Amino acid sequence: MASDVVRLRVQGASKSFLGIRALDRVDFSLRAGEVHALLGENGAGKSTLIKVITGAYRRDGGEILLDGAAIDPQGVTDAQALGIGTVYQEVNLLPNLSVAENLFIGREPTRFGLTRTGEMRRRARALLGQYGLAIDVGAPLSSFSVAVQQIVAIARAVDLSGKVLILDEPTASLDAHEVDTLFEVVLQLKARGLGIVFITHFLDQVFRIADSVTVLRNGRLVGSRPVAGLERIELVSMMLGRELQDEERARSGGATPEGAAAIRFTGYGKRGSVAPFDLSVRRGEVVGMAGLLGSGRTETARLIFGIDTSDGGQAEIDGTPVTLGSPAQAIAHGFGFCPEDRKVDGIVGDLSVRENIVLALQARRGWARPLPRRAQDELAARYIEALDIRTSDAEKPIKFLSGGNQQKALLARWLATDPRFLILDEPTRGIDVGAHAEIIRLIERLCADGMSLLVISSELEELVVYASRVVVLSDRAHVAELTGEAVTPSGIMQAIAAHEKAAAA
Amino acid sequence: MIRAKYLPLMTTLVVFVLAYAICIAQFPAMWSTRVVANLLTDNAFLGIAAVGMTFVILSGGIDLSIGSVIGFTGVFLAVVIERAGIHPAVAFVLALVIATGFGGVMGAIIHYLKMPAFIVTLAGMFFARGMAFVLSTDSVPISHPFYGELQSLYFKLPGGGRLRLIGLVMLLVVLIGTIVAQRTRFGTNVYALGGNLQSAELMGVPVARTTIGIYALSGFLAGLAGIVFSLYTSAGYSLAAVGVELDAIAAVVIGGTLLTGGAGFVAGTLIGVLIQGLIQTYIVFDGSLSSWWTKIVIGLLLFAFIALQRAILWLSEHRAGALRTRPA
Repeated sequence: MASDVVRLRVQGASKSFLGIRALDRVDFSLRAGEVHALLGENGAGKSTLIKVITGAYRRDGGEILLDGAAIDPQGVTDAQALGIGTVYQEVNLLPNLSVAENLFIGREPTRFGLTRTGEMRRRARALLGQYGLAIDVGAPLSSFSVAVQQIVAIARAVDLSGKVLILDEPTASLDAHEVDTLFEVVLQLKARGLGIVFITHFLDQVFRIADSVTVLRNGRLVGSRPVAGLERIELVSMMLGRELQDEERARSGGATPEGAAAIRFTGYGKRGSVAPFDLSVRRGEVVGMAGLLGSGRTETARLIFGIDTSDGGQAEIDGTPVTLGSPAQAIAHGFGFCPEDRKVDGIVGDLSVRENIVLALQARRGWARPLPRRAQDELAARYIEALDIRTSDAEKPIKFLSGGNQQKALLARWLATDPRFLILDEPTRGIDVGAHAEIIRLIERLCADGMSLLVISSELEELVVYASRVVVLSDRAHVAELTGEAVTPSGIMQAIAAHEKAAAA
Repeated sequence: MIRAKYLPLMTTLVVFVLAYAICIAQFPAMWSTRVVANLLTDNAFLGIAAVGMTFVILSGGIDLSIGSVIGFTGVFLAVVIERAGIHPAVAFVLALVIATGFGGVMGAIIHYLKMPAFIVTLAGMFFARGMAFVLSTDSVPISHPFYGELQSLYFKLPGGGRLRLIGLVMLLVVLIGTIVAQRTRFGTNVYALGGNLQSAELMGVPVARTTIGIYALSGFLAGLAGIVFSLYTSAGYSLAAVGVELDAIAAVVIGGTLLTGGAGFVAGTLIGVLIQGLIQTYIVFDGSLSSWWTKIVIGLLLFAFIALQRAILWLSEHRAGALRTRPA
C-alpha cells in the first residue's frame, strides 16, 4: 500500500509556448509505493507536465522536489540519473537490437573493450526474470509483442532510475490480456516502493490500479483525489469540466427534422479502430458525437470520410449504396471533413487564406481544370465576408491568423465545395471564447440551409445546443444514442460513465 | 530456425554459392585457388572501402565521397613519394590521417549542422576529386622499391593460388570490421543510430561521437583502399576510382544490409563484393561478353535484394500486427 512518504512533489509548475499557457501553476505530489493516475483530455497539459518533470522542457516557474530535495533535470538522461524513468506509449527502444542490447546499451559488460555477450544476456535474463518474463534475450526486440517490449522498456527504466516511473499511456496499444500482464508488473514495482505516474484515457484502468488521481484541464489543476470512494461520474465530470446539476437545455432551435435519412451507414466498422456501428443523418440535421478521448470518435469520422476503409457494412446516400474507399470518393459524393488537429491535418500554413479556401474545390475539379484566378478571388472574398474571417487580406499566409479564423477558413474550404454532409471534429478546440459562439451560430445556419452535419465535440454544453441527437462512444464502440429531452450534458456524462462501469465489471 | 535477421545474409551466401557453381559447371577451370586468390586481390580496394560503407549504411547514412578519397589518396601518394621523395611508409600514415580527418569533418558537419549525409558527402566527393586534380592532372607512376617489395609479398595457397598482401589486408579489415560491429559498444551504437536516431538519443547513445566516428572510419578505410589501389596499379591518377562509392553501396545492399540502416553484417558485404567480382571473372572467362554485363547483372541483383528486404519487412510487420490484434 502507498506510504506517506512523498517521493516527488511539483509545486506551481508553469510553462508557456509563445504566450499560451500550456501549464499554469500546477501542483502534483506522488507518494512512494503509489500508483497515481494523471488524467485529462488532449491539450490538458499532461504531456507538458511530464516533460517539465523529466527536464525535456525548461519550466518557466515552480519547483520540483524529489525526496524533499529540489531538482532541476537538464534532460531525459539527467532525470534518469536522478531516479525518474519514463516509458512512452510508442516504445522508445531500438527494435533492431536484441532485448539484451536494449537493456544494457551504453553500459554493456566488456573485457578488453569487447562486449561480453554471454554475460550481458545472463544479466538480461536475470533482470527480466524479476518481472516473470522468460524470453530469448538474444532475439531482436521487434520479434516480441508490444506488451513484452513495454515490459522491457519498464525494466530498463527502473534499472536505470529506480525512484519514480512515469508510464505515458502504456496500455493504449495493448489488448486486455496484455494489460493484465502489464498491471502485474506495475503492482510489483509499487510493492517495491516506487512512485508510479500512470497516464491513461481508460477510466476502468484508473479504478483498477490507481491509488490516487490528478485531473488537468486546459493546463490547470482540476483536482487530486484518492481513488477509493471516488464516483465514476465525478471523475468524468472533473475531466469534462461540467457540474452535475441538471441544467436546463438551452436550445435555440434544432427540432429533429422529419423524413428519411439522407446519409446512412450500416454495419460500418474496422478491427482495432472502432466496432461496427449504424449511423444515419437526415437532411438539415446536426448529429453530435460525444465520448472521452480514445473512445473512437475520430476513428468513426475517418471511416466515414474514407481515410480508413471499413471492414464491412455499407454506406447509402438517399437510399443508393455508395463506396467510400478514399477521401477523394467521399468528396465526390459531397462529403467534407474538418479534422481535429487543424495545424497538422487541415491548414497549409504557408499558403494564403485564398489558396486554403479554394483547395478542396480545386482538388475536386482535378489539376487539369484550374480554377480561374478571378473565381478564386471571388470565392475567397465571399467567404471572408460571409464567415467574418478576420484577415487583413486574402493573400496573407494562413498561419498568421488566429485559431478561430483558421477554423473558419477551413470551414469555408468545405463550404466552397457545396457539400451535402460535413463532419466537424472538435470545431471549437483551441480557439477563443468569442469565436466559439460564432462557430456555433455558423453550424446552426448551415443546418437551417439543409446541410447534414456530424459534429464531434468534448464541449458538451455546446453540443447540446445544436445537436438534435447525440451518439455516445466509449471504448471504441457506439454505446448509446440520446434524442430529444435526453440530450443534456449530464445525460451524456451518465451514458459515458455507465458504459465505463459496465466495461470494468 | 534461422532468425529473420540472418535471412538476407543467408540469401546472399546462397546466391554466391549458386553463381559460383554455375560458373564452374560452364568453366571447370574456375574451380581453382588461383581464381579465388585473384578474386580477393582484384577486389581488395573495393572490399575495404565497402566495409566502411557498411558502417555508414548501418547507421542510416550514406558516404558518396569514398571513390574520390581513393582517387585523391592515390595521387597524393604518387606525388609525395615520387616528387617529394618521402618514404612510402610515412606517406601511407599521412594519407590515412588526411582521409580519416576528412571523414571526421564530414561526420561533424552532418551531426552539428543537421545536414543530410547525402549532401555533405556529395560535397566531399567533389572536394576530394578536385583536390586530386590540384595535385596532378596526369597519371603519376610510382617506382619506389618499397612498392615492389610489398607487391611481391604473398601467401601461397594449396593449388597454386597466390593470396597477395592486399587481398590479405582486405580479409583482415573484414574480420576486424565484423568484431567492431558485433562486439564493441561503438558497433552497437552504430546499429542503434540506424534503428531509430531519436530513441538512441533518449537511451543515452553518444550520437555526436558515434556519427563522427562512423564517417572518420569510412574515411580511414577509403584512405586504406586508396593505398591498396595504388599498390595494385603502381600509379596515382586523379580520375581513378570514379564511381567506386556506387559499387560499394551495391555490395553493401547485395550483402544484405538494409539501406535504411539498422540491420546487416560486414561479412555480407564481403560476399557482395565477391559476387560482383565473380561476374567480372565469368565475363573474362567467357571472352565474348561485354563487360557492361557486369553492370546489368548487378542492377538486376540490386532490384532483387531490395525486393527481398521489402518482403522481409512486410512479413515481420504482418507478424507483429497479428500479435497485437490477437484476441485475449
